[in-house]
Amino acid sequence: MDLLRIEGAGKRFGDFVAVNRVSLTLPAGRLTAIIGPNGAGKTTLINLATGAIFPDSGTLRFKGEDITRLAIHHRIRRGLSRSFQIMNIFARLSVLQNILVPVLARRGRTAIPFHGMERETEAVAEARQVLREIGLLDHEHDPAGALSHGDQRLLELGIAIAPAPQLCFLDEPSSGLTPTERSTVLGLIRKLAAERHTTIVIVEHDMDVVFSLAEWIVVMNRGEVLAEGLPAEIRENRAVREVYLGEEFSA
Amino acid sequence: MAGRLSLRATILVVLLVSALFLLPWVAGKYPVYVAMQILILAVFSVGFNLLFGYTGLLSFGQAGFFAVGAYGCAKILLAVPNLFLGIAGGVAAAGVAAFLLGILSVRHTRIYFSMLTLAFGMMIYSVAWKWRDYTGGDDGLVGIPRAPLEIPGVVSISVAAMDRYYYVVLVLSLAAILAMYRLVRSPLGLTLQAIRDSETRAAFAGVPVRKYRLFAFTIAGLYAGLAGALLPPLENTVTPPIAHWSTSAEPVLATLLGGIHTFSGPIVGAFLFFVIKDVVMRFTEYWLICFGVIVVAMVMRFPSGIMSIFENRKRPAAPPVDDRRAPGKTGTSGKT
Repeated sequence: MDLLRIEGAGKRFGDFVAVNRVSLTLPAGRLTAIIGPNGAGKTTLINLATGAIFPDSGTLRFKGEDITRLAIHHRIRRGLSRSFQIMNIFARLSVLQNILVPVLARRGRTAIPFHGMERETEAVAEARQVLREIGLLDHEHDPAGALSHGDQRLLELGIAIAPAPQLCFLDEPSSGLTPTERSTVLGLIRKLAAERHTTIVIVEHDMDVVFSLAEWIVVMNRGEVLAEGLPAEIRENRAVREVYLGEEFSA
Repeated sequence: MAGRLSLRATILVVLLVSALFLLPWVAGKYPVYVAMQILILAVFSVGFNLLFGYTGLLSFGQAGFFAVGAYGCAKILLAVPNLFLGIAGGVAAAGVAAFLLGILSVRHTRIYFSMLTLAFGMMIYSVAWKWRDYTGGDDGLVGIPRAPLEIPGVVSISVAAMDRYYYVVLVLSLAAILAMYRLVRSPLGLTLQAIRDSETRAAFAGVPVRKYRLFAFTIAGLYAGLAGALLPPLENTVTPPIAHWSTSAEPVLATLLGGIHTFSGPIVGAFLFFVIKDVVMRFTEYWLICFGVIVVAMVMRFPSGIMSIFENRKRPAAPPVDDRRAPGKTGTSGKT
């Protein structure tokens, strides 16, 4: 089944064409990596897909429904989520509360006044389950802003999966991590993809990460899709090697 | 952040509330009058801080809703001498005004939001000033009765004596503060704090950010309206200066003094505000200058307010949260 269909999506900022008539289909269950040099339009594409910005042209269909101009929170509720490249957590809230916000939102319980969190037992149990999966349960009462960089990245991942999305974009999930932390994050992504039946799309710079994780690779350059295919095909693709991978794979 | 009051805090609150209930028996008219002013400012500031400390929106226009509450209550009391009706009417009018102006204001954040609210506040000020037929212009409304608490045909309690009216102010203020205490610990309160920390993240957690900002703005308006509605029966007059932006500055100053990130901050700040004002006014009529110096000194010494001192003592491992992320600063990428 096709989860997300992007058809002819375009976005320009002034004279700069960030994304130029991109068409892309993301089927359920295939871990896809989007790669490309800086400024290739990867993050803009995620922003278009998740509703952070609206496209100038083209359409987006999620599970067959047109979501081109749907507000962000409606996309989240339909099962389309994301993480951020730049750290974006709720720094003053506790680690548990960081996960509770998306969980309560999904359960439609964020508007409840005058009633303590201790009564939200189901939501708390669900949030703690997410913390267990990402390995931060020991830190549940710590303020999120006090976590180490690596743990904040894990928390970022946790907030992204807490709405129980069917499709989740991860924008450079391993950036700024030590090798150990990176392998933790990679293992976690694999586990989440398998256990939660979440289709994951990552944007990555690190080719080791991409080739160890991805089942399908989309290469972007100058706002366009240059090539897409199985990792082995991309490795052999001439155009890709010239434009982007050149040095790393010429040896 | 989670959980209930500590034993020490509970004892302190019980003692304080008991003292407030006993006040008219042990103190003269002036302390009772000042206590009412403090309670009114505390309600005003607690509502303001839901917007500022909890949602990350700095409003400079709260005096507008304070005035709508005050004028609304005054007009009702002049027509129908029933305190229930007057206060409820004032609060409702302020809530409606806040909801309508909130729809326009919460489309923006940071300085743009602050400027918009300042402008709306001053618009209400001009209405109070210019709409002479209804508001009495610069003369204001006079002869507002301290009407009885009345349910027609059932009960009528006279509160004409200052001591009695004090209990009306006390009970309503405590109820409002308690309600707010519950609110900031509810799922709604958590959601607002998430918006404060990162509106982009909150949206991507599935929260309709603008709607929740409007909630917060309307609730802050209701609190400003309640504070305003308690004033005319006390003073028997309402005049346009209560709608002026300098009235909007009072909850801002009280909250900064007490601390924006503690629930009790605005309440303690309201108390300090009147204590400092009262002491300084004995020495100079230019009390605002001294007051300003004191606020600047306190804010530089305790950037998170007076109450943060106790906060840190309770939790030795204070979170190294960057204070620059405090209200106003929003998420990173994407549309805002």
